Amino acid sequence: MTVTQLLEREALDTLETIATRIRSHVIDMCAGPEGGHLGGAFSCADVLTALYFSVLNVDPDRPDDPDRDRFLLSKGHAAVGLYATLAERGFFPVRELAGYGRPGSRLMGHPVRAVPGVELPTGSLGHGLALACGFALANRYAGRTSRSFVLLGDGELQEGSVWEAVIAAASLKLDRLVAIVDRNGLQLTGATEDIAPMEPLAERWRSFGWSVRDVDGHDPALLAELLDGAPWEPGKPSVLIARTVKGHGLPFLAGRSSSHYVTLSPRNHARAHNALPRTESLR
Amino acid sequence: MNRATREAYRDTLIPLLSRHPELMCLDSDTGLFGADHVAEAGEQYLNLGIAEQNLMGVAAGMAACGRVPFVNTMAAFAASRALESIKIDIAYNRLPVRIMATHGGLAAGHLGPTHQALEDLAVLRVLPGMTVVVPADAAATEAFVEQSVTLPGPLYVRLGRKPTPPLPEGPPPVIGQAQWLRHGEDVVLVACGPYPVLACLDAADELAGHGIEASVLNMHTLRPLDTGTLIAAARPARLVVTLEEHWRSGGLGGAVAEALAESEPVRVLRLGVPDTFVSEVGNQEHLVRHYDLTAERVVGAVRAALDTSARSDRPARPDRPAIPDYDKELVS
Repeated sequence: MTVTQLLEREALDTLETIATRIRSHVIDMCAGPEGGHLGGAFSCADVLTALYFSVLNVDPDRPDDPDRDRFLLSKGHAAVGLYATLAERGFFPVRELAGYGRPGSRLMGHPVRAVPGVELPTGSLGHGLALACGFALANRYAGRTSRSFVLLGDGELQEGSVWEAVIAAASLKLDRLVAIVDRNGLQLTGATEDIAPMEPLAERWRSFGWSVRDVDGHDPALLAELLDGAPWEPGKPSVLIARTVKGHGLPFLAGRSSSHYVTLSPRNHARAHNALPRTESLR
Repeated sequence: MNRATREAYRDTLIPLLSRHPELMCLDSDTGLFGADHVAEAGEQYLNLGIAEQNLMGVAAGMAACGRVPFVNTMAAFAASRALESIKIDIAYNRLPVRIMATHGGLAAGHLGPTHQALEDLAVLRVLPGMTVVVPADAAATEAFVEQSVTLPGPLYVRLGRKPTPPLPEGPPPVIGQAQWLRHGEDVVLVACGPYPVLACLDAADELAGHGIEASVLNMHTLRPLDTGTLIAAARPARLVVTLEEHWRSGGLGGAVAEALAESEPVRVLRLGVPDTFVSEVGNQEHLVRHYDLTAERVVGAVRAALDTSARSDRPARPDRPAIPDYDKELVS
């Protein structure tokens, strides 16, 4: 691509088109031999886009910059979404995504540190918030103003260790810590509210001493604006509850727990691509 | 002077904090640190509350940002409750977190099996990259804490609760190096922790009176195991006996048996707490006697084994006399 073409493409890029490209990569990865966690990657794709293309102070050329913002995908099973985002952001070549789940690739089913841009491995649910508290605490001790972000699944909130960290973050007044809950309402076998009701979710977090925003999780511009503005209240950690749809935008999978883990057949691979919005900058 | 290893740890760590600003002391309301300690530690001490998984996760996150956290909890809670956080957050990432686990072995005494840790060494020593250390007295604890400041990767240290006796003078304690406290060619006694090491030293004295010369190894580091010293001591011997405040499965005895089976086949007797939950009320000394983790036990086991196992240049055969069933004896 020439510089002119690159500049033109950049001008065309909106957060929506980037999110669409990320979902397009996820579709391709989930059509590979092992499949992938498509539903949860689709539900958080707009959050990931807002973070990596508007909010996070990260530089793919200096991934170890001590002053960087740090992000953890606590719902590590959405790895395909994170890999697509990191590749689009320039942490590694987009073509490497084709190796996802294949022998010899570093792109495992759950994020590993070998992948540029991944801070720490995740996958066993309920670990990310405590780790992010550690990031935020260490940064505070070091006098850094960088922020620590962590994305949790709503099913993940059933893990008790999450609430240990929720208590600790509020107690430590970690206001450079921002949690996002991908509130798609579904887990592997059904609706979270049927299995372990968590509503009123915003009130629960607020009662633990967090500053809360409860918004549409598929509006990347709004997400970017809110996340960029955190902390919303001094002395309090922030949590953004992103109301999302599992498998968002795919008519045959959206809002269904069957989208949790998908190996797309060639036919469904094509159907999925056809369901994505048409964008000028899609390859 | 008798001194608790947990107190030796605390009293070594607190002054180290000001010299090493990267160190942190993260507590889970253990009560080990009094108001004076907390004041001296200043910002480098934090009580994160009774939440051991969070404790390990926060420590890992801080370590990933360049700090070296000492985390404080009881061995029972570290080894079992918070194990997955230790495995995934700390060991998997090879982060320099120091897990300072008090009330190890039978040290919780009358507090019962919920607070005793008879599985911790087995569980922790299988984690890749984890260093596992059991100081046998206060002086060794001080040395290990100081050495830990620059040790790469994660570390688990099993500490006691109440004062225990000091070891006699010996080679300096260094993480990863077994202390060969006494040399003898007939039998090797391998132990870790305060009471077992002292019992083995007493047993060696008594065995000498019976014409049996025993080596005594203080194997304070279970991982990485000092196989060089172990094999050198075991090579001439007819028998190796291990003694530990741990269930007989998987701890020091397991580590020694694994190492010798692969390189220097010799009969290994594993003495420890029988594989049962403690039901007897008593302090640590009482329970050590109750489960016979004593010099008399070691002497008896050695004499019985040497009487029945004729010296042979061959590896063990299936028709050798059976190893006494200590578990059955002690439980009944």
